[in-house]
Amino acid sequence: MIVATRKNVRELKQLLAPYQRIAVLGCGTCVTVCLAGGEREAGMMASALRMASRLDGVEKDIRDLTIERQCDDAFIDEAWKSLDEADAILSLACGAGVQALAHRFPGKPVFPGVDTQFIGILEEQGIWAEKCIACGHCRIGSYGAICPVTRCAKHILNGPCGGSHDGKCEVNPDTDCAWQLIYDRLKAIGEEYRMEEIAPLADWSLSNEGGCRKIIREDQRI
Amino acid sequence: MKASSNLEKVLTAGQFAVTGEIGPPKSVDAQLIRDKARLLRGVVDAANITDNQTAIVRVCSMAAAKIVLEDGVEPVMQMTCRDRNRIALQSDILGAAALGIKNILCLSGDHQTLGNQPDAKGAYDIDSIQFVRVAVRMRNEGKLLCGEELRNTKKADLLPPRIFVGAAANPFAPPLDFRILRLAKKVAAGADFIQTQTIFDMNLFKRWLGKIVDAGLHEKVAILGGVMPVKSHKALTYMKESVAGMSIPDELIKRMEQASDPKEEGVKVCVELIQQLRELTGLRGVHISTVEWESIIPEVAKRAGLLPRPAPGESSPSETLSA
Repeated sequence: MIVATRKNVRELKQLLAPYQRIAVLGCGTCVTVCLAGGEREAGMMASALRMASRLDGVEKDIRDLTIERQCDDAFIDEAWKSLDEADAILSLACGAGVQALAHRFPGKPVFPGVDTQFIGILEEQGIWAEKCIACGHCRIGSYGAICPVTRCAKHILNGPCGGSHDGKCEVNPDTDCAWQLIYDRLKAIGEEYRMEEIAPLADWSLSNEGGCRKIIREDQRI
Repeated sequence: MKASSNLEKVLTAGQFAVTGEIGPPKSVDAQLIRDKARLLRGVVDAANITDNQTAIVRVCSMAAAKIVLEDGVEPVMQMTCRDRNRIALQSDILGAAALGIKNILCLSGDHQTLGNQPDAKGAYDIDSIQFVRVAVRMRNEGKLLCGEELRNTKKADLLPPRIFVGAAANPFAPPLDFRILRLAKKVAAGADFIQTQTIFDMNLFKRWLGKIVDAGLHEKVAILGGVMPVKSHKALTYMKESVAGMSIPDELIKRMEQASDPKEEGVKVCVELIQQLRELTGLRGVHISTVEWESIIPEVAKRAGLLPRPAPGESSPSETLSA
């Protein structure tokens, strides 16, 4: 899933200062699962912003609502009326959702209410970890299904670097060295031989480095 | 000869090589670089010029290498993959070779978050093993990564960079098996020489070297063991706690702590290490680095019996053969 974290109220209050009627829009998908921008968080954010304004002596009309997916026009349509009535929209979706809304409401200010962090998983209750940077060419089959592009701070394809120590990363001693994990896992699945091959250079043109990507599938076009 | 660098000549002649290290300044003080170069002239076969080490901005390694070269010391220009994508890496190799720089050392680089620009975006386009391969191919085949040839026009002569290509190895970061494997990959990528992480833990180093020798890697690449004279036990404690990939025995820290003249003791320790290293099968030289104490390198080299060095440009038997 896409993992996001909540922005602080002070930052959002400043961003939203010029607007009176504000729609705080939660998203029912990834950000709900990672507890950053679902229905519950949208409600909490709306009341926090109302209180913050009230403390400044300003009464604002701040309402929350949540749709299933902000990155999908069909779901945005469901909330069209309430959103259209607002002076500004605070979207608690990932960056894709925020931009989908901005596209749908060309004349209306839309602000992000969360910081989109990464594609990752819930590792333990309250702990989310990054697993994929969406590089556009998945080669983790060569690495025991552990991604060095995402999980090695230097994106090393022939690791580990000299800074790896006791299985930990030089950047943060609390972070596992991706290459230690790869090594252990390749051993466990009897594929150590993969470590001996010099991995070819990455083709970054397939990633966001090659410019913003678009996928066109002719078989799905009408 | 691949590059006809002094370092290559010394190694090819079968002599025990000595490299030093010069850290460029955090200012435009070219004189400081010259002063450091003069200290090492005639004392080392070549001097590494560090490349924004520990991710702290300094005079770039290519400029410092050129200054050092003008002062009669052969540079080993360090190049990290942290700050250069494949375009910059290849371009800098061409630039370095055009300036007369004949040795490079291909490194991953300390991560940018550890330095004085922690907000920076690292390049990390290719890794150090891939970089070795790219550099060696540029030299051997006269080709860029994309396959284009290094010539000015279609009919012009091929003008590849004549560079001696080195890489680093860390014998002290477990798992050991993996370290051997990774060195083997650097050798397979075409590395001409290897400089190791600074050795303080001789037992661990011997274990690593033993495995390297068992694998026959020492015959395919010239390995130089890293040593460092330190001024006090505090420096050791700091490195033990703060520098990634170091192994420092507590006994050594104790010995330095109890010494009445810690600086002298630091030199002694380093000289002893070099003498032990010279006895080891599989080692072809030493790399003496310091933390802002380049002035001690001549003393260390002298007391370790490494002087005089072969005169720069002194022809070796194999060069005569290839001429």
